[in-house]
Amino acid sequence: MTTDLFEKFDSTLNEYNKLPEGELNPFTVSMDAVISPTEAIINGRKTILAGTNNYMGMTYNEECLKAAHEALSSFGTGTTGSRVLNGTYNGHKKLEETLKDFYGVDHAIVFSTGYQANLGVIATLAGSKDYVVIDADSHASIYDGCAMGNATVVRFTHNDPENLERRLARIRKKDPEAGILVVIEGVYSMLGDQAPIKELAEASKKHDAFVLVDEAHSVGVFGQTGRGVAQEQGVEHLVDFTVGTFSKSVGTVGGYCVSNHPKFEALRLVCRPYVFTASLPPSVVASANKALELIKDSNLRVKLLENSMRLNSGLANAGFNMGTTGESPIAAIIINDKDTAVAYWQNMMQEGVYVNLAVPPATPNGLYLMRCSLSAAHTLEQIDYMLEKFIAIGKKLNVLD
Amino acid sequence: MTPSTTEIFDQVSELIAPFNQKSVPIKPETTFATDLELDSLSVMDMLAAIEDHFDVTVPLNILPDLETVGQVAEAIKDILDE
Ligand SMILES: Cc1ncc(COP(=O)(O)O)c(C=O)c1O
Repeated sequence: MTTDLFEKFDSTLNEYNKLPEGELNPFTVSMDAVISPTEAIINGRKTILAGTNNYMGMTYNEECLKAAHEALSSFGTGTTGSRVLNGTYNGHKKLEETLKDFYGVDHAIVFSTGYQANLGVIATLAGSKDYVVIDADSHASIYDGCAMGNATVVRFTHNDPENLERRLARIRKKDPEAGILVVIEGVYSMLGDQAPIKELAEASKKHDAFVLVDEAHSVGVFGQTGRGVAQEQGVEHLVDFTVGTFSKSVGTVGGYCVSNHPKFEALRLVCRPYVFTASLPPSVVASANKALELIKDSNLRVKLLENSMRLNSGLANAGFNMGTTGESPIAAIIINDKDTAVAYWQNMMQEGVYVNLAVPPATPNGLYLMRCSLSAAHTLEQIDYMLEKFIAIGKKLNVLD
Repeated sequence: MTPSTTEIFDQVSELIAPFNQKSVPIKPETTFATDLELDSLSVMDMLAAIEDHFDVTVPLNILPDLETVGQVAEAIKDILDE
C-alpha cells in the first residue's frame, strides 16, 4: 500500500477534532463586522478585540484611510507584478524613502510580508559556507528562513549572551573566516520580553558576526521615534539589519528590511522571496507610508504601555500567574493545562472578549497562555471590563483561589 | 587522537542520565522521543550539554537525523573527526 500524504497529520487532526464545533472552537472564529480597531461583531455579539496586533489602532486612522482610498482610485486594486517586473510603482519607492527616513539609514527594501522579509534576508544572506545563529525562541519565519537557506544553523539559549558567545567562539575556532549572521527579535511576542540587544550584539561583534534584529512587535511601540527596541536601548549602531512588518503597529500588511550595508541593494537581484512574488497593492503601500509618518511623531506608545500596565498589574494583583510584566503591549496569563485554557477562552468569548489562546509550539517552554495584546485604541472601560471578566472566570474555573 | 565511537557513546550516555527520568537502560538504539519520552525542549537542553562537553557545534540542520543515542554518538564522532 502506498502512503496517504495526509497520514502524518492524523495525530494533529485527532487533537483538533476533540474541540467543539461552531462558536466554541478557538480556531474557527470569524468576524461578522468590524466596528473599530478594538471592537467587532462575532457570533452576533459585540466583542472586544483583545488579541490583535493593532498596537496603534492604525487600521481606521482617518489619514491612513484617505491615503489608501486615493491610491486605490488612482492606481487600482493590485500591481499584478513582482517588484522587479511591472510591480514597482512610485508608491513603493516612496515607501522605501519613508523607511530610510524613519530609521535614518541608507537602504530599505519592502517585501510583501514580514514573513517573506525574514525568509528572504536570512536564506539569501547566509550561504552554504556561512552560519546562522538564532535565538531558540525565534518566530517561525526565522526558523523557516534557516530551513530555506543552505547555511549551518545553530541555536543559542533564549536571550542568553553568554551562551551565544560560547557558540560563536566554537564556530570561530573551527571556521575563522566564515560569515556569521546572528538573528534576534526586539520583543518576543508570546511573553513580551525584550532581547538584551547590547550584550547579544557585543558578543556577536567580538566574533565579527552580523546582527539582524526582527522588530516586528516593537516598531511603533518602543524607542523615541518608534524604531523599536534597538533605539530604546540606544544600540542601533550595533545592528546591521533591521526587519519589520506593516501587519502590526502599521495596521496593514507587508514587511521590510533596512540596513547601512553598502551592498544591500544586491538583495533586489538575488533574494527569491523578493523577486518571485507580487508586490504590495498600491492602497496598502499608501496606508503604510502614512502610518509610518504618523508613528514617528506620535505619543500613542505611551498610551499603549499605560493600557498594558493597567491590565497586567490588575491581573497580577488579582493573583494570576503572569507570563508578562506589563513592560510590553502583551499580557499573558499562564494556565496549567490545555483543557482549562480552552474553557477559559470559551468563557471569555461568551462574555464578549476575544483573547488569544496560545499553545505550543507557538509558545516557549510548552506553556498554555491566555494572551492579550493591547492597543493604544483600547479605552480604560474596555480594559476594566476585560479585567473584571478575567477575574470572574478565573474564579469560576479555579484558576484563581 | 579523537575518542572512539564507543568512548563517545559512554560519555553521551552519562550526559543523558539527568534527562532519563524513568531510568531507561541506554543502548545505541534507544530513541529520545519514544523511549526516553523527551520533548523537543529537553532534547535541546540535552544536546546543549553534549555540545559543551565535547566542545563541538551540532547544527540544527542535522537534528532530524538524530533519533537515537547511537546516532548522536556517531554524529559527534564525525564532527570531531572533521
Ligand atoms: C517576530 C515576527 N517576525 C515576523 C512576523 C511576520 O510578520 P508578517 O505578518 O508581516 O508576515 C511576525 C508576525 O507574526 C513576528 O511575530
